[in-house]
Amino acid sequence: MNDFTKYLAGRVTAGGMNRREFMGRSMAAGLTLSAAGTLFANSVSAQAPQKGGSLKLGLEGGATTDSIDPAKATSQVMFVAVRTWGDTLVETHPETRAPIPSLAESWEPSPDAKTWTFKIRKGVTFHDGKEMTVDDVVATLKRHSDEKTESGAAGVMKSIKSIENKSGDLVVTLDSPNADLPAIFTDYHLVIQPNGGVDNPTAGVGTGPYKVKSFEPGVRMTFEKNENDWRTDRGYVETIELITMNDATARVAALASGQVQFINRVDPKTVSLLTRAPTVQLLTTAGGGHYVFIMHCDKAPFDNNDLRMALKYAINREEMVQRILGGYGKVGNDFPINDTYALFPEGIEQRAYDPDKAAFHYKKSGHSGSVLLRTSEVAFPGAVDASVLFQQSAKKAGIDIEIKREPGDGYWSNVWNVQPFSASYWGSRATQDQFYSGAYLSTADWNDTRFKNETFDKLLISARGELDEAKRRDMYRQMAMLVRDEGGTILPMFNDFVNAGSKKLMGYVSDIGNDMSNGYVASRVWFSA
Amino acid sequence: MSNSAEAGGQPARSLRDRFPLAALILERCLLSLILLLAVSVLIFAGVEALPGDFATTYLGQSATPQAVANIRADLGLDRPVVTRYFDWLGGVVQGDFGTSWASRNSVSEQVGNRLGNSLFLAGFAAIIAVPLAIGLGMLSVHFRDRMPDKIINVISLAAISLPEFFIGYLLILYFAVDFGIATFPATVYQGMGFLERVQTIALPTATLVLVVLAHMMRMTRAAILSVMSSAYMETAELKGLSSWRAIVKHAAPNALAPIINVVALNLAYLVVGVVVVEVVFVYPGMGQYMVDAVTVRDMPVVQACGLIFAAVYILLNMVADILAIVANPRLRHPR
Repeated sequence: MNDFTKYLAGRVTAGGMNRREFMGRSMAAGLTLSAAGTLFANSVSAQAPQKGGSLKLGLEGGATTDSIDPAKATSQVMFVAVRTWGDTLVETHPETRAPIPSLAESWEPSPDAKTWTFKIRKGVTFHDGKEMTVDDVVATLKRHSDEKTESGAAGVMKSIKSIENKSGDLVVTLDSPNADLPAIFTDYHLVIQPNGGVDNPTAGVGTGPYKVKSFEPGVRMTFEKNENDWRTDRGYVETIELITMNDATARVAALASGQVQFINRVDPKTVSLLTRAPTVQLLTTAGGGHYVFIMHCDKAPFDNNDLRMALKYAINREEMVQRILGGYGKVGNDFPINDTYALFPEGIEQRAYDPDKAAFHYKKSGHSGSVLLRTSEVAFPGAVDASVLFQQSAKKAGIDIEIKREPGDGYWSNVWNVQPFSASYWGSRATQDQFYSGAYLSTADWNDTRFKNETFDKLLISARGELDEAKRRDMYRQMAMLVRDEGGTILPMFNDFVNAGSKKLMGYVSDIGNDMSNGYVASRVWFSA
Repeated sequence: MSNSAEAGGQPARSLRDRFPLAALILERCLLSLILLLAVSVLIFAGVEALPGDFATTYLGQSATPQAVANIRADLGLDRPVVTRYFDWLGGVVQGDFGTSWASRNSVSEQVGNRLGNSLFLAGFAAIIAVPLAIGLGMLSVHFRDRMPDKIINVISLAAISLPEFFIGYLLILYFAVDFGIATFPATVYQGMGFLERVQTIALPTATLVLVVLAHMMRMTRAAILSVMSSAYMETAELKGLSSWRAIVKHAAPNALAPIINVVALNLAYLVVGVVVVEVVFVYPGMGQYMVDAVTVRDMPVVQACGLIFAAVYILLNMVADILAIVANPRLRHPR
């Protein structure tokens, strides 16, 4: 066992790495499959979660405008909060992202994938002592999908035609077939509340591992253990305190001085300094979020695919991952899906920086003069630097990019999705279908590249209703190729989620679902004695 | 006829003459009120002119046109601006700042809480900074151009030259991370005991004291020094008063007006200008509250904060004016 494998085994014991990541990395380090498997099992058995202690998390992304109503949860702090006091019908597997049961015990689609029947778990009680019923589930889903809803989940719920309680089962009928419905129900807005939260949306009463004790928006939120939790494999610490810390240096100082045990959004530029602190461990996870430069396919000069291709070849992806993400990320391939998604189309050739090809396409496009790229510090962390890097690498291909730095205030309403060429970012979505439907379908609300392709639209609709996985995977490959070779997205990098915690913090699961162990960080971790 | 006309004009003039101070103060108060009203119009207009709107900003990338329309209708944003301004002003006069658009809580309640925190921090910083600054100012006059004066000057100038966040980070680095003797973050919350609160805000208080100290100290020093060169100070010295006594008894009272002004300005800064310190120390004060509200275009909160900040500024300046008048016999008895 060499040093690197030892390090990996150590991280498994500390709970910082899942099986898939461990196996992948240790086999890359030269271990055989069976040896790696045994080692993983040994490291895992060394840990037995301990109960007790109080956990403090210093999180970026809270504001005084936060609401405890899950329909309005948008910030990072409320994302973790909702996952801590509530449960959704379905969860995702931390390693494969496949839907797994939570408050729904099992589900069954009709052969046309239009009608889904969910068996709801019995004997689960809310924090107020009442038993959860199918009617509560129905009311919750209705509150997030009716026409007047202000829910953040309204977009993913709009294909639902009816939600009913049919002889004790939840029956959901859709407008059109959708094989991904269970994945939609993993959305964090959709936590089940008593009577759907219609009477009191901000009560903070759910079925989760912790009860809300106090809440001061933008300041802090405290939780105590739910003694009647229906699950035993979570909720190890006694009390939880979520403190809003929007200043990156304040978070690092609080962690280094031991006042909090977990922080999110560590600046990649200072990661190496942070890891020098003896009591701190880095907790990173690959994610589906990515940084992009978006071109409107229907506006000159970007309506010319050769110009789009020229710009795609003119960006140095490796350099961006190193300099903008500090190495905590992976290169992108100009379509918005990576291997953190189920049914990822593997084996598509990686597009690389190629000034010659860029110059070739640029010449073919017949464009002359500069192209105007709008950017801002808020587009993504390091966006202005990334734009300058892009400018430099394009210059070598003879392409002149002019950079206009826009004010951060109002960037999302005045520049993004308005101007023909700008910097932006995307978070991850539950499924490939959700992502493409939200941003690449011709009629999508946030089709920020104005990508309108009939073949793509048809493939997307039929893939959505396709229950045969092999066929579906093939359709997603065709779609990825269309976006990669004809779309308006220049996607240089996927960013890792970079968090950090105290070395005493155990059991952190690198969940590929989303940041901060898919929001479950508070109920998954425990303290070593 | 002529008699009654004279009698009609006479009392008003004599009232002003008889109570010149009261009249002056009343005048200042009225002026302040008018100013405040003008500010409220400016704030409302400014907020209206901000690019972007609440519904789209709040929902961000997850905004569907339907959800945006729902929120707009819900908040009554379709009504004309003038109607909304007078509705809002009517509420404010009765102490009701409306409901936050984002959290749907009463703004007055939240602002009250935040303002309390801000005043607590500012008050504590002021209690330490003001006497310290004035005392050091007098000390440096006493030892002018000698070693203590130079040391006080260099240190206070260094403190004011460093940006406040940097002072904050230095204090955090040494006192919280390295020595571990101070509390960080300085987050106070409801239900915290008084002593615990005081302990929690030690670092931000120290930062603020360092930031405002130099300004007040140097103004004190300059004001007293200018008085020191006058003839009566020479007399005081000649009649054998010790120099410290001369400064405290004769120079300081006559230098009061400029000192009061600079103290008032710094107090106003302590309440309204400490957003950066609040962010660095994770302190839940007004500034942070307002910045959050501006980012999501939560207009009722922005307006409330803006108006309160303006009111604090105007109030403190008015108090400074009045105190300067009271402290100066020449202004008290104009003629």
